[in-house]
Amino acid sequence: MKHFFQKLSGGFYMFVESVKMSVSNILQNKMRSFLTVLGILIGVMAVIALVTTISGVSTSISDSFLSMGAGSMTLTVTGTELKTGLTDEDMEKIAQLEHVNGVCPSISLNSTVTVEDVSDSFTVSGKNDYFFVHTPNAVARGRAISRLDTDSQNRVCLISQDLVESHFYGVDPLGKTLYLDNRDFTVVGIIQEDEDVSIATILTGTPDLYIPHSTALKMTGAASVNSLTIYIDDIENSEAVEGELETLLDPLFNYEDDVYSINSMESIGDTMEEMLGMMSMLLAGIASIALLVGGIGIMNMMLTSVTERTVEIGLKKAIGAEPGQIQLQFLIESFLLSIAGGLAGIVLGILLSAALCNVMGITFTLSYGAIALGVGFSAAVGIIFGWSPARKASRLSPIDALRRM
Amino acid sequence: MNQDISNVFFSMKDIVKQYQMGEEVSTVLNNVNLSIQEGEYLSVLGPSGSGKSTLMNIIGCLDLPTSGEYILHGQRVNDLGEKELSRIRSREIGFIFQNSQMLPLLDAQKNVELPLIYAGVRPKERRERAQEMLRHVGLADRMHHYPNQLSGGQQQRVAIARALVTRPTLLLADEPTGALDQKMGRQIMELFQELSDNGHTIIMITHDLNIAKHARRVVHIIDGELSEGEAVNP
Ligand SMILES: Nc1ncnc2c1ncn2[C@@H]1O[C@H](COP(=O)(O)OP(=O)(O)OP(=O)(O)O)[C@@H](O)[C@H]1O
Ligand SMILES: [Mg+2]
Repeated sequence: MKHFFQKLSGGFYMFVESVKMSVSNILQNKMRSFLTVLGILIGVMAVIALVTTISGVSTSISDSFLSMGAGSMTLTVTGTELKTGLTDEDMEKIAQLEHVNGVCPSISLNSTVTVEDVSDSFTVSGKNDYFFVHTPNAVARGRAISRLDTDSQNRVCLISQDLVESHFYGVDPLGKTLYLDNRDFTVVGIIQEDEDVSIATILTGTPDLYIPHSTALKMTGAASVNSLTIYIDDIENSEAVEGELETLLDPLFNYEDDVYSINSMESIGDTMEEMLGMMSMLLAGIASIALLVGGIGIMNMMLTSVTERTVEIGLKKAIGAEPGQIQLQFLIESFLLSIAGGLAGIVLGILLSAALCNVMGITFTLSYGAIALGVGFSAAVGIIFGWSPARKASRLSPIDALRRM
Repeated sequence: MNQDISNVFFSMKDIVKQYQMGEEVSTVLNNVNLSIQEGEYLSVLGPSGSGKSTLMNIIGCLDLPTSGEYILHGQRVNDLGEKELSRIRSREIGFIFQNSQMLPLLDAQKNVELPLIYAGVRPKERRERAQEMLRHVGLADRMHHYPNQLSGGQQQRVAIARALVTRPTLLLADEPTGALDQKMGRQIMELFQELSDNGHTIIMITHDLNIAKHARRVVHIIDGELSEGEAVNP
């Protein structure tokens, strides 16, 4: 027992001295050590910066998507031959479902807008009155589309600021007439941009014109609606509403498969996070190439070092150093080199990521996982790439080494 | 008979060391037979290139012979692995090499501590023993000098201190006084005498008869052949 502890403490003292010798060896060749460390430093910095920035981005995405309680889902219908889309009656039923606040059809068109001989193509979106109830801020000036407008297919429209500037420069557009695919429409309101946060507008942007959905349907000649935004009370209830929708829609479409699809913010958030995950995997792959190159740099330096220090190795062996002790000495050296690069890389990577987050306007959060990753990576690189040079050192024949003195 | 064997420090039988030089084989040691009793003080005398250092490397378990049997403390050295050989070097043998041999990044004291580091000695004890040894070789005021701040003779004395600091049972010295002036050389010889009197086994390699005479027993080596010389210093 006593012998065992003596051996253990002896090994510890030897280890401490090996660390000291390694440090002075590394410092002996400052420039070379620095250049070697640079590879690891850059690799780890890249990994840390990528991981923390991407996790910041994905946090801010899920914050904006998922934490705001009320939300929306979209229902897209391809329909069957018998029933090609949703009727007003269907939409009414959907609006009555539990957790559903209201629905709004989305009918998108590309139409030519003409005002006094000036024509241009613009995006048009057919909406119902509920859309404006749900997003009261969508109207900057004038009035919204009313129930009366949708019921009687009124030719009224709300136009974007862009359109005001290009077609009504210097004139108050409210009450004026414009021609949409040669049909006359009265401008009743101006659209406030960036206020409507629904999936439809996130994915397609704010349209240039809003018109009653019934009017839009008439223009396209379609009998029913194929795309519907469903406003729900809480994003948490997405799945419940999905279930209700299925119970309601399946009988309507004769239980056929693939005739409609439901997208919730939740599922879009998931997809985005998945995409980000894949992106970070890809970037991590690139970063790990940098780490690999760094590791090769360390290996190269250690091999050179072993050759240069043959005499030292021979002498140490002659005075009783075991092969394992020599190997340990060189492993400590490559480990220290690599971990030094790793720590510097972590610090710089965090700074870089904080700067990037600042530029992108997202909150930076320090990820301990990323720090652990950086430490783990650099430690592993040091040991893996230091292994074979250290082994080479431990196997050098002491006499060959001593003859060189 | 048993008694006899236990007093033998090592014995070499028909030791041959050859090097393959392209097509040719060069024989550096040719059928060397040598036995050393514990506590003996032997010098190996021979001209340059005669194989002295080669013999010392084999005795010190740094090198293995091409053929022949080397038994140290009743153990066949030929059969031992790297690790066991380094254990023997660490515990039994103190080397003083022919050339200057300090580690350049360590000061005198750390250089002397080195064998104790690998033997796992406590830091405090290590320091004390190294300092004592350095005082012993007259370097009390040079403990923290680095090799490039020491003269050749001083470096040689550091090497001697390092060889002795582990209290080896066998001291192997290859031209220990080669770099020293006469006065310092004499001091080292006195030190060796003292060690010998205290029961250390010493093998000293030299090409200088005057130095060799300090040992109780002298063997001659010429072209790898060993022959017993007449006893001096009885
Ligand atoms: N690795 C080797 N390969 C070939 N020949 C070698 C090798 N090592 C030593 N020799 C030869 O062995 C012979 C003896 O060398 P050694 O170093 O033992 O001589 P020495 O007696 O110590 O000489 P000196 O007094 O000059 O130190 C020399 O002729 C040398 O050329
Ligand atoms: Mg020699």
